[in-house]
Amino acid sequence: MHAEPAGVLTGVHFMDGDHACCEGCLAAGARFSAGYPITPSTEVVERFAARIPTIGGTFIQMEDELAASIAVQGAVWAGAKAFTVTSGPGFSLMMEHIGFAAMTETPCVFIDVQRGGPSTGLPTLPAQGDMMQCRWGSHGDYAIIALCPNSPQECFDLTVKAFNLAEKYRVPVMLMLDEVVGHMTEKVVIPPAEAIALEPRRLTTKPPGEFKPYAADGGMVPEMAHAGEGYNFHVTGLTHDERGYPNMTPKAQGLLVTRLKDKICKNAGQIVEFEAEGCEGAEAVVVSYGITSRVAQRAIDLARQKGLKAGRFRLITAWPFPVKEICRLAGQVKALIVPELNLGQMSLEVERCAAGQCRTVSVPHAGGSVHDPGDILAAIEEAMR
Amino acid sequence: MSTAEQTGCAINLVEPFLRMDRMPHIWCPGCGIGTTVNCFARALLDSRVNMKNLVVVSGIGCTGRVAGYLKVDSFHTTHGRAIPFATGLKLANPKLNVVVYSGDGDLAAIGGNHLIHAARRNVDLKVICVNNLIYGMTGGQSAPTTPGNVITSTSPYGSFDPSFNLAHLMDAAGAVYVARWTVFHVKQLARSMSEAFAKTGFSFIEVISPCPTLYQRRNRMGDGLSALQYYKQASRVKHGAPTGEVGLTKSGEIAVGKFIDRVRPDYLELMRAQMQESLGERYVDTLDLEECQCQEE
Repeated sequence: MHAEPAGVLTGVHFMDGDHACCEGCLAAGARFSAGYPITPSTEVVERFAARIPTIGGTFIQMEDELAASIAVQGAVWAGAKAFTVTSGPGFSLMMEHIGFAAMTETPCVFIDVQRGGPSTGLPTLPAQGDMMQCRWGSHGDYAIIALCPNSPQECFDLTVKAFNLAEKYRVPVMLMLDEVVGHMTEKVVIPPAEAIALEPRRLTTKPPGEFKPYAADGGMVPEMAHAGEGYNFHVTGLTHDERGYPNMTPKAQGLLVTRLKDKICKNAGQIVEFEAEGCEGAEAVVVSYGITSRVAQRAIDLARQKGLKAGRFRLITAWPFPVKEICRLAGQVKALIVPELNLGQMSLEVERCAAGQCRTVSVPHAGGSVHDPGDILAAIEEAMR
Repeated sequence: MSTAEQTGCAINLVEPFLRMDRMPHIWCPGCGIGTTVNCFARALLDSRVNMKNLVVVSGIGCTGRVAGYLKVDSFHTTHGRAIPFATGLKLANPKLNVVVYSGDGDLAAIGGNHLIHAARRNVDLKVICVNNLIYGMTGGQSAPTTPGNVITSTSPYGSFDPSFNLAHLMDAAGAVYVARWTVFHVKQLARSMSEAFAKTGFSFIEVISPCPTLYQRRNRMGDGLSALQYYKQASRVKHGAPTGEVGLTKSGEIAVGKFIDRVRPDYLELMRAQMQESLGERYVDTLDLEECQCQEE
């Protein structure tokens, strides 16, 4: 299945990450968005509001992020592909509905253009402080997918991928930008519609009497129906059985919640994407993501000029985390260096996966700007001493 | 010869609208929610509503369980968020006939902001608000609808903060249809639901309903039957009454009737008109509003 030409702005563009995300949504077939303004993410829906009436679809500005994040799920069950966009404070409000999307297996995309926090924090300045929140922010056990673009081009490419993963696994997918990636302007190449592959929704072909909305039938991802097609199905945020009916037993809870987690964690091998360069024979590898990966590149170049064996490992998928790859890498190097625009979040996951095989060195930054490459270089030099 | 004549049993006309495999329901003896569901089923019959396009969305609470018992496409969403979920459903597929069925705590407290904004936008939703003046599911705490001097589990010495007059709120926010009945007024309630099905835009029907277990008992107001006797004796039909004058008290008069019935373009109609005016032929209209068939053909 390929993208509909109407939504694809094929060509070579000079645009920022937020706008590239919007074009990714349109190319992926999103025809509904609900949003609430918040810096530095608003440009995504501003562009969508301007573009969608000429393509065919709806944008609605809601009264808050709670409303925006549930309105998109109503739209999904009505048959649309849908997304919402926000930043830290709004992302906090959306946690309730990330949980609802995970529990009801509603395929949808959340774009978070991260800024400094906590609370109102630094509205116009970058951070990567929501990385654990996007994984664990809603209550209870579940799994999600989170992607970290480091350029406007990747904002486009990974937004399309986010929709595809959302449909394939029926899960909310987070696109974790940061303010710098959201606002940096670079070349973005949008391919022709026929070159953009799309994952179709897992719609059931069973007749209404036989369809059970939450029966995974041996697999881990159930088929779906849309409202208005005569299936008379029920969807609830309560723990439910295969029929979608509430079931308050430990057995039903165990079956459902384990499947919600397993459908992502056990498919991690297919989902995880990363970029590794110069890791073979390296003594230290810098593990980074988003804008920090581009700052880290400068530090790695400087280290190599000094004759140090430094490798580069970039997380494209933050969640599920590349557990096996980091574990293997940890067995080969003296240290894994983890710079990020927070006081140490993904570094904890790196350290967990390294499992004591090497040192994990966090290079924290509270946000508000990017790292000084010199700080990352100093960490590389220190680790090799 | 009909099945009823063959078996000698009465046919329950409501059964085809219910998920009988989910019975018995969770509502307490004397609770009024089941009565409202009966009225709703009656309205579906009377209005010959196309069941395929009907979607019922609930929030959380005792009334939030209604969606799960109706044999339609149904969504039991998060606390207070039934209306924005329903908004997404309706705007993404305007052919759907979307009903929000929830309680006073869900719609007017945690969901209050969504309630007023959906009424302001005039999204084509039919909202049925079962108002039992209390939080039932969580054990009888005071709600924004609880009248003064009422004992609840969180107002053990009597409630004193002023309560919402929901009809007035919905009138001010722009709803095109606002009515209130009690569960004593089953015929009138079903008729109001039918009238709402015939309207385009945001309709709000408030149903005063007893909570014998938590509200009646703690306030020594008797059982469910006592509540019906009170509703019968204290209700006054006041169609078109100024909504500012229909606030509820603990034991005073209950103004019932159709307070508001007006015509205002709904959200989708406004959106289409604005886009056509601004964009002309560049506007790609995918709404198919004319095809919206709420009635069975």
